[in-house]
Amino acid sequence: MMRRMALKREWIHGWLLLLPAMVFLFAFTHIPAITTFINSFYSTPRGKRAAKFIGTANYERMFDDPVFWQVLWNNIWFAVGTIPLSIGLAIVMALWVNEKMIGRSFLRMAFFTPTVLPLIAVANIWMFFYTPGFGLFDQLRSGLFGLPSTNYLGSPDTALNAIIVVTVWKEAGFFMIFYLAALQAMPVSLKEAAQIEGANRWTIFWRITFPMLMPTTLFVTVNAVINSFRLVDHIFILTDGGPDNASALLLFYIYETAFRFWETGYGATLTVALLALLSLLAIGQFFFFDKKVHYK
Amino acid sequence: MLKSTLMKAVATTALCFSTWASAQAVDLQFYFPVAVGGKAADTIQELTSEYAAAHPDVNIDAVYTGSYQDTVAKVITASRGGNPPQLSVILSTDTFTLIDEDLVVPFDDYLTSEEDKKWLDGFYPAFMENSQTGGKTYGIPFQRSTPVMYWNKEAFKEAGLDPEVAPQTWDEMVEFGKKLTKKDDSGNVTQWGVRIPSSGFPYWLFQGLAIENGAILANSDGNKTNFDDPKVVEALEFMVDLSTKYEVMAPGIIEWGSTPKAFFERESAIVWTSTGNLTNMRDNAPFDFGVAMFPEKIQRGAPTGGGNFYLLKGASEEQTQAAVEFVKWITAPQQSMKWTKATGYVAPRPETWETAEMKEYAAGFPQVLVARDQLEFAKAELSTYQNQRVTSLLNDALAAAITGKSDAATALEKAQADADAILSEYR
Amino acid sequence: MNRPAFSVDRLLNTSAAWLLALLWFLPLCYAVWTAFHPAAFEAHFVLTAPLTLENFEEAWAAAPFARYFFNTFLLVTLILICQFVLCTLAAYAFVRFDFPGRTILFTLVLLQLLVMPDILMVENYKTMRLLDLVDTIPAIALPYIASGFGIFLLRQTFMTIPKELDEAARIEGASFMGVLSKVYIPLAKPTYLAYGLVSVSHHWNNFLWPLIVTNSEDTRPVTVGLSIFSAIDSGVEWSVINAATLMTSGPLLIGFLLFQRQFVQSFMRAGIK
Repeated sequence: MMRRMALKREWIHGWLLLLPAMVFLFAFTHIPAITTFINSFYSTPRGKRAAKFIGTANYERMFDDPVFWQVLWNNIWFAVGTIPLSIGLAIVMALWVNEKMIGRSFLRMAFFTPTVLPLIAVANIWMFFYTPGFGLFDQLRSGLFGLPSTNYLGSPDTALNAIIVVTVWKEAGFFMIFYLAALQAMPVSLKEAAQIEGANRWTIFWRITFPMLMPTTLFVTVNAVINSFRLVDHIFILTDGGPDNASALLLFYIYETAFRFWETGYGATLTVALLALLSLLAIGQFFFFDKKVHYK
Repeated sequence: MLKSTLMKAVATTALCFSTWASAQAVDLQFYFPVAVGGKAADTIQELTSEYAAAHPDVNIDAVYTGSYQDTVAKVITASRGGNPPQLSVILSTDTFTLIDEDLVVPFDDYLTSEEDKKWLDGFYPAFMENSQTGGKTYGIPFQRSTPVMYWNKEAFKEAGLDPEVAPQTWDEMVEFGKKLTKKDDSGNVTQWGVRIPSSGFPYWLFQGLAIENGAILANSDGNKTNFDDPKVVEALEFMVDLSTKYEVMAPGIIEWGSTPKAFFERESAIVWTSTGNLTNMRDNAPFDFGVAMFPEKIQRGAPTGGGNFYLLKGASEEQTQAAVEFVKWITAPQQSMKWTKATGYVAPRPETWETAEMKEYAAGFPQVLVARDQLEFAKAELSTYQNQRVTSLLNDALAAAITGKSDAATALEKAQADADAILSEYR
Repeated sequence: MNRPAFSVDRLLNTSAAWLLALLWFLPLCYAVWTAFHPAAFEAHFVLTAPLTLENFEEAWAAAPFARYFFNTFLLVTLILICQFVLCTLAAYAFVRFDFPGRTILFTLVLLQLLVMPDILMVENYKTMRLLDLVDTIPAIALPYIASGFGIFLLRQTFMTIPKELDEAARIEGASFMGVLSKVYIPLAKPTYLAYGLVSVSHHWNNFLWPLIVTNSEDTRPVTVGLSIFSAIDSGVEWSVINAATLMTSGPLLIGFLLFQRQFVQSFMRAGIK
């Protein structure tokens, strides 16, 4: 009897402790996700015309919408372009900064500065770098190599890649910090033992360092995946999604649909598509996490 | 839910008190955006306090609401939340959106006397095109502009052209452009002849070309576009040809934001951009420059741009009346002049330009007259129902043609078909 | 390191590191260059260019950056405090208490790791309108304060704390909240610091949601203020915009410079590795 009472009390304590966080999680994540799903079956209310149930019409429209498919592919390319590159660079940076290198604190600061500068602000700076003719990159190209000017942001072949470069620049230094912490926590003895056995740096990295960085890599990957669907700030300044949607990403398209075109119904449908995509990724990652990191 | 009920109760009580407190004075809230640098926001605040001082029976509260985009968003959300301002400056192209959302009341009901009607006729007709539809007046022009052409007189001289004469026709623009385009020894272009920016909202400047070629992009009911009109196609082909065939303009999408800088840096000798840049150009151009109307094809032409005053639903009869009075006051010559000088926007009533002070100002800075004179040839800026979406269809088509992803005719046909699909429900 | 003091390998590495660092540093250099020189030198990098502070004056006069800065500061602080409190309580519940629904609830928390509030902006905006919170600082903060990431991270840390410490404190008569504040929180300090850095840098930079939900000077954070400031029709004025950027990012930049060693060390101890 006493035991059961204690148990019950433990239940109540647990629930109470969880309550505030859960209220907010439900209010701003789970319930909106569900209402978004419901709204995706309704038309957009305008003026005197209320929203009405239109079945899967929004979904049919989405599947027929070439812009949707384009931004989806753009986003996948954006993810493929930013995630491995920023993580790879982060590891290299962390290895460098972890060594006794000349000017180590300058290097560390240089790699980290992008984290502190808001993307929306530095986008203007990058716009100057990319500007054809008198922009920095073109000045360098023509000054050093006599090459013709290039319109990085204004041509569909390069616009998205130009955005990817800015994103990698923004993210790598942030991820570096996590790797640096991991490297510093790593026992030196392992590495020394390997060195004595005559292993070269390359082997040491792939056989010892990299596997030991695996948990960090997983953690950083989750962040990188999230960011590849979230970071759209610089697009507003650099290309506004253009030319002809060549550099628009899913979240940017959702913003455009809902807050520029005022089509909330269709915006909800696009959001559901993004949620479905993220859920797929989440399932994949949980599976991965489960194997590598035990959170039982 | 409980909270919102409570809020409503509080709001109602507060409203009762405030109505009681201001039995004599009318409260007016007025949203305004600012899209150009300089002292635009300060000038509006100055003018409203001047008005308030002269009219103790009106409490006017001018709220700076950011960009045009922010302002219309704020008006829509405030209206849906039941707390709209009584008056707002919103893009003239948002007229149909505001009607569609059932947010505005026409001015006509408040302008009934003969004198009022005469006042209404006193605006430039080009500006009124975007303000009236279905026989009703929804907007009163206020911060309005047209794009113009700037040219670098030094570059003209270097190219052996008369520095005082701007190209008058499309052909001349190409011809001048060829002379102005300079290459270095390795064949790379160091100075382009012409720059027509095409990022963000390419439709605006493109509309200039379309009008010059005798095309109208949308009807005045806002429910039919003419994107696939052969004249529009021809205009777009010309725009593309400037880069590909004549090689007088940089290829690809050209950034709007860096255009003044490109002009100053002599990257381009002729640039098309808003009159809103006039002050910036005057202050920062390291050379003598000229301002001219857009060149003609079969006629002169340019779109108008900028914002109108709108009366919003949900105001009391008294408030709307007071708002109309305020609009009349602020568009009158004395105030309008102040506004034009501070911002570079075109004073929307000819009578303002007739005042001695304005004439004196124009004599000292004759470039300001170009935009006004161009009004004679200007047409309504592209505006339809679901305006942002329809416009973005055209923007995408223009970008596709400019970047060579599609030819002009195909791109515009597709845009027209998509626009038809959206607009058919409004016919 | 028992390597020779000089080796080709080392030289290559050092120069590559420096090259990359300079590349990474370039935008900040450009910001400093334009901010301290007249606009005419935005695209001309000559050493004889005159220095000036006018851009800062102009930026300062053109927009209420002090207010924007204050708003951001308020916002970041509000979010951080709420996140710490809510996530601590939730993580504690998951680690220390056994109750029905624990697994499901934890799964729901994990779900928020990927489905972040930014994506649900349309619905969250409607919620804010319903609560009459549009254009307030709490409206920017609320969707983020219960963070799945924070709960997950703190739970991981709390789990590494030995049960014996917990039990010892309870034998001494500490209540369950006492145990939390005396045992768990002090031992998780590095995690708080590490998570704090992630959270602050995220919300300091956040743009889209604040853009949507604010519309007046009194609530706009720096990011939105900067975007409005730079998105005017009359063209980009790099020198003034960059002066504004430096003014508003300066404090965080200096803060990091001063505390970078501590950050890295706390990350190391936080077990984010």
